[in-house]
Amino acid sequence: MSATGIGAPVRRKEDFRFITGQGQYTDDVTRPGETRAVFVRSPHAHAKIKSIDVGAAKKMPGVIDVLTGAQLATDKIGNLICGWMIHSKDGSPMKMSAHPALAATKVNCVGDAVAVVIAETIAQGKDAAEKVKVDYEVLTAVVDPAKAQAKGAPQIHPDIPNNTIYQWHLGEKKDVDAAFAAAKHVTKLDIVNNRLVPNAMEPRAALADYDAGTDNLTLWNTSQNPHVARLVISAFIGMAPEHKLRVIAPDVGGGFGSKIFIYPEEVVCLWASRRVKRPVKWTSDRSEAFLTDAHGRDHVTHAEMALDANGKILALRARTIANLGAYMSTFSSSVPTYLYATLLSGQYNIPSIYCEVDAVYTNTAPVDAYRGAGRPEATFVVERLVEVAARQMGIDPADLRRRNFITAFPHQTPVIMAYDGGDYNASLKKAMEMADVKGFAKRKREAARNGKLRGMGYSTYIEACGIAPSQAVGSLGAGVGLWESAEVRVNPTGSVEVLTGSHAHGQGHETTFAQLVSERLGIPFENVSIVHGDTDKVQFGMGTYGSRSGAVGMSAIVKALDKIEIKAKKVAAFMLEAAEGDIEFKDGKFTVAGTDKSAAFGDVALNAYIAHKFTGAELEPGLKETSFYDPTNFTFPAGCHICELDVDIETGKVDIVNWTAVDDFGTIINPMIVEGQVHGGIAQGVGQALMEGAYYDAAGQLVTGSMMDYTMPRAHDLPSFHVGLTETKSPSNPLGMKGCGEAGAIASPAAVINAITDAIGTENIAMPATASAVWTALQKLQAPKAA
Amino acid sequence: MAAVSMTVNGKAVTGDVEPRTLLVQFLRENLRLTGTHVGCDTSQCGACIVHIDGIAAKACTTLALQCEGAKITTIEGLAEPGGKLHPMQEAFREHHGLQCGYCTPGMIMSALDIVRRNGNNLDEHTIRDQLDGNICRCTGYHNIVKAIEAGAKAMAK
Repeated sequence: MSATGIGAPVRRKEDFRFITGQGQYTDDVTRPGETRAVFVRSPHAHAKIKSIDVGAAKKMPGVIDVLTGAQLATDKIGNLICGWMIHSKDGSPMKMSAHPALAATKVNCVGDAVAVVIAETIAQGKDAAEKVKVDYEVLTAVVDPAKAQAKGAPQIHPDIPNNTIYQWHLGEKKDVDAAFAAAKHVTKLDIVNNRLVPNAMEPRAALADYDAGTDNLTLWNTSQNPHVARLVISAFIGMAPEHKLRVIAPDVGGGFGSKIFIYPEEVVCLWASRRVKRPVKWTSDRSEAFLTDAHGRDHVTHAEMALDANGKILALRARTIANLGAYMSTFSSSVPTYLYATLLSGQYNIPSIYCEVDAVYTNTAPVDAYRGAGRPEATFVVERLVEVAARQMGIDPADLRRRNFITAFPHQTPVIMAYDGGDYNASLKKAMEMADVKGFAKRKREAARNGKLRGMGYSTYIEACGIAPSQAVGSLGAGVGLWESAEVRVNPTGSVEVLTGSHAHGQGHETTFAQLVSERLGIPFENVSIVHGDTDKVQFGMGTYGSRSGAVGMSAIVKALDKIEIKAKKVAAFMLEAAEGDIEFKDGKFTVAGTDKSAAFGDVALNAYIAHKFTGAELEPGLKETSFYDPTNFTFPAGCHICELDVDIETGKVDIVNWTAVDDFGTIINPMIVEGQVHGGIAQGVGQALMEGAYYDAAGQLVTGSMMDYTMPRAHDLPSFHVGLTETKSPSNPLGMKGCGEAGAIASPAAVINAITDAIGTENIAMPATASAVWTALQKLQAPKAA
Repeated sequence: MAAVSMTVNGKAVTGDVEPRTLLVQFLRENLRLTGTHVGCDTSQCGACIVHIDGIAAKACTTLALQCEGAKITTIEGLAEPGGKLHPMQEAFREHHGLQCGYCTPGMIMSALDIVRRNGNNLDEHTIRDQLDGNICRCTGYHNIVKAIEAGAKAMAK
């Protein structure tokens, strides 16, 4: 392994600009003549718009224009869309209602934008926004997803009866029912997977610039997938033809899924820029982010697991109501279906599984993919059921897991997925050693002497990443293919630019992708640049989410590098006057086999461009290759997380005293970056388990609407983590990579709740298990039964 | 509008601002020092931390006019004029104390204040406790804590 090649903990190329304050995030970009957009938002969760009066606002100082949804409709700006078609179990297509970028007749959640002020400064814009008079007729709101389908519940969209988007299912109900009827033991759980606010530290922003001279539109925005944004804004919203719209996602300050989606604000900025013929910038403040960023999770589930007398799992069934909020966000329909129920087999050989999911509208912010997207919800169901079943049956939880692990591959689950490889015993064993499970009983006794209840919880998770084979997802309803592109440009001086359709917003692609190229071409790491996030530079790409950029994005680079080697060998053959088949390439040098005749990579690159050694009839000059890589399967990262924690008997406060994570991500390019991804994922999962929760009151007001009310994990809420790896290579891509971005967030909530329930001796506790919730549970346990 | 003058990263600067202009707006919009970020609107996240007369402060909760005559240091003012990084900046890079980079300037400015208040030998508990005013969503803090501990030690050299 070289110091900068695959497997080396190379320090990041990105860091210099960030640690010196020279990053270029969307809000840092300015254009001459820039104006600011300020949105007028609904204070009501559900109301008819009787009238909007912008007269007074337009007269305010610095105001250029005030625009409403009526004008948006007149200008034929299309609605936002959801790009994944789900069919209900009766075969009918999902019911999607209209989502205009500015509401014209009715608002459906607090924060719904009804007008936009375009002003010289943001302060002037805010002053004017307060003068926009909107006359609302307030309607009763429906907030609780479990009540959205009830008879007499308020109807949110007139064209969507019972607020029901789809009633979907997966698996064979008959087989499952038969297995349950024959089971020796059945474990049942009611689970609420709490609603979360992603809260990437950089709020969303958009800067649109219309060039009247060329009729071109440019959009800088906080996107994880600028090409998808361009495609949707062009093809569905009809803002401009694709070739007249450029989307640039510069440095992006975290995404976690929330910046995948196409949002109203960027559409409105583009439209407004063309109308006022000046650049228009909008930067969300955090309060707007809480109200308008797509939230995550929000499932209400009843789940059951059937086992035989030996603890062998026979079947699993789950019924879930998924809250998709007031409008269907870009990929919202796929999250509680094909990203959720397909993972309900966990790491276990479960003969039959059946899952029903009803997706409902409520008067809350849209819900879509958030780190893990469906897979954390599935893991929580499976790992809670397994843990509770083990305790109920008096079997050690690790042992019950072992008895049911899949050990032969490939393994076809009853819920679509074909696992292609893994070693679940290996990660469990290593994690148990690292966590010193043997010494736990002693530590528990010591903790008890200090007034603490100590608990330990496992989570042996699996996820499907490397999203995804285009044909497979197409057959499941995806509106797009999920391949990735790469273009490798070798310059005449031998330096290399890689244009990738992946997008980095914290993942360090500029470093890891360069490590791959440096190793493969035998050139210095410093001589490689990674270009991403600009539709004028990169032809097309699907972006970064679902832990796909290693398994899919880097595979595309590998394929392009293969082509570069083939072409470079042709050039070297002319230079060295040898047959092409005799040219070998190793460590950055082309050699004629069995001789000492060789040419360095840089010389070959130069000769490819000066083209003095071959004629145009013999070979095309230049050295640039492109690849579109479509994966052949998902990848299946898996592992074991063990949480050890103390519960304070007096206060209910939970302290995590040890966290062990052993993950199998296949091939690792940069262990430093991979560990960082694991740390961050665990923090978000612990946040979900212990402190985070988005709550709406009965009227649909978000009562956790700021960082003072919504508890973000801080440094003192978390321990240092012990992170280890096992490695089985993915057989489904050339590098053997599986992906690491979501594992921590997928694994950790179940480990925490399993540990808390172990500590206090209860079967279930809802997330977030705040000190207050744990204390309340303790009081109930201690209360006399007769009371 | 009101005139304001202060020293930012060693340079005397003046501006004509609305009285409601925040220090962070003055830095970002008037001076184009965009390294100082805004991550929230309730003074919670610390992405906007700068030093006012040597003490860490949240520039999102400080009016520009309050800083009349003050000496302000931002993330752009930490490295030596020749480009040599401050040991705390170096430590964040060495220990992978950042991912998306958005909270990083505030983290580094806050870390320096933790060193000012607690000295160069910091233990994990102190660092975690004193980072209460800074939120990071990417790193889980693990490597930020390591970076601050190492950076504090390097500053003593």
